[in-house]
Amino acid sequence: MGGAHLLDPYQPGRGFLRSMPAQCKIVAAFGYVICVVVTPITAGWAFGVHLLVLASLCALARLRPLFVIRRLAVEIPFLAFAAALPFVVPGPRVELLGLGLSRPGLEQAFGLLARATLGLMTVIVLAATTPANDLLVGLERLRLPPVIIAVASFMIRYSGLVVDQMRRMGVARRSRGHEPRSLRATGVLAASLGTLFIRSYERGERVHLAMLARGYSGTMPAAMPTVSPRPGQWATASALVVLGVAVAVAGRSLDLGVVS
Amino acid sequence: MHIPDGFIDASTSAAFGVVAVAGIGYAVKRAGEENTDQLTPLAGLVAAFVFAAQMLNFPVAMGTSGHLLGGTLAAVLVGPWLGAIALAVVLGVQSLFADGGLTALGLNITNMALVGAMGGYGLFTLARRLLPRRASSVIAASVIAAFVTVPLAAGAFVVEFAVGGTVDLPLDGVAGAMLGVHCLIGIGEAAITAATLSLVLNTRPDLVYGARDLLGKQELTVRRREPAVVGATGLSGRPPALAPAGADGSSDRIGDGSNPS
Repeated sequence: MGGAHLLDPYQPGRGFLRSMPAQCKIVAAFGYVICVVVTPITAGWAFGVHLLVLASLCALARLRPLFVIRRLAVEIPFLAFAAALPFVVPGPRVELLGLGLSRPGLEQAFGLLARATLGLMTVIVLAATTPANDLLVGLERLRLPPVIIAVASFMIRYSGLVVDQMRRMGVARRSRGHEPRSLRATGVLAASLGTLFIRSYERGERVHLAMLARGYSGTMPAAMPTVSPRPGQWATASALVVLGVAVAVAGRSLDLGVVS
Repeated sequence: MHIPDGFIDASTSAAFGVVAVAGIGYAVKRAGEENTDQLTPLAGLVAAFVFAAQMLNFPVAMGTSGHLLGGTLAAVLVGPWLGAIALAVVLGVQSLFADGGLTALGLNITNMALVGAMGGYGLFTLARRLLPRRASSVIAASVIAAFVTVPLAAGAFVVEFAVGGTVDLPLDGVAGAMLGVHCLIGIGEAAITAATLSLVLNTRPDLVYGARDLLGKQELTVRRREPAVVGATGLSGRPPALAPAGADGSSDRIGDGSNPS
């Protein structure tokens, strides 16, 4: 059991990345991903630099390579899509291992994979060095509407319970000989889902009554501990973004130089 | 599968980010008008439910499987505004924990929360208008809405791809493949949505937002143990064995559960 780890890939440890307040890290991660996205596909070396930066962040955060790779597995379906691109994108062909592959297709598949992987790595570093609660505090500090923060905190707190309940219902189905192999299984799955909804909703009602009993009046009390960032920490975070911008701009200008 | 970073170019992503912020902002405003104090815990639990439901894979054809988008289901169960907020929060949390790109969040929210939940509810209301005013029409309308919203969300993706795709695939090919696959997924989505809704309608009809108009106002009556009383209950003609006393949706008051019998 313990579905809580689903939404909590936090890896305990120490280092400047873990002591940095979440709002700095969120801004830095967001900024860096934007830099990755605007780096032109044709500047292949720029993606190498991005990869180097993110890999050293992973190393600084003492993340095990296996952990990062396992979290990267989300993009496997996407990998198949990218692998098909060299065969289907129109354009001049190049001979590679006896196969006629499209040159723009290869470039675009590379760009797609590189950007998706680097974006994922950024988020992995962010989530692995920041506990879920701190992320919410950081988002609150970044002036996200309180309603959204409250809904998200409820979701994070209760999704472990709801997912566990769903797993228990799955175990119950299987122990009664249920094997979902064809569309006929839909009815059974849907009945489970309906039950799960009723249970989740009733849990919501109970939680709401419990909150009323504790004096809830429509707004969450500001009980979350807040750490204000030191100027040095904002400087570190913005240095990271500046680095990303520099790589992206260099990639862009060199790319234009090659073309003209 | 959500859109990752870099699939759609930066300016298009930013534009759809603005669309998503505006749409969700409007949903927050409307949801707050409807149920102010109950909003937070319910939307949170609905978000947790959608998150769990999206993990439930169902077989589509020949070993491939799809998972529920849940937009129409959530919207019919809790209303378009709360449903859209729940879906947007699910997508936001998923993007922070490595599923779907950070910069593609606006695109994903537009496709699944705005088109999926709000659009799904729009289709649902439209279908309800055309169908007779019965409990079975709720299911029929949800089938139509769920089936149509999945290719519709795929269509929204195709539009985004046409505006700012970073890959030179022929647009008609992408559109054909996306719509074709999502029509198949739509069948599964419609089947699951319908079966889930009919179960909830039978056990807790007061929880289905999209069928609130069918719940007749229950007068306080003295009930006697006579079989004639059974036929007089609201929605499906079943005895109210599982429905609580406050089945007219007034469960936000404490002490409402006292049975007047």
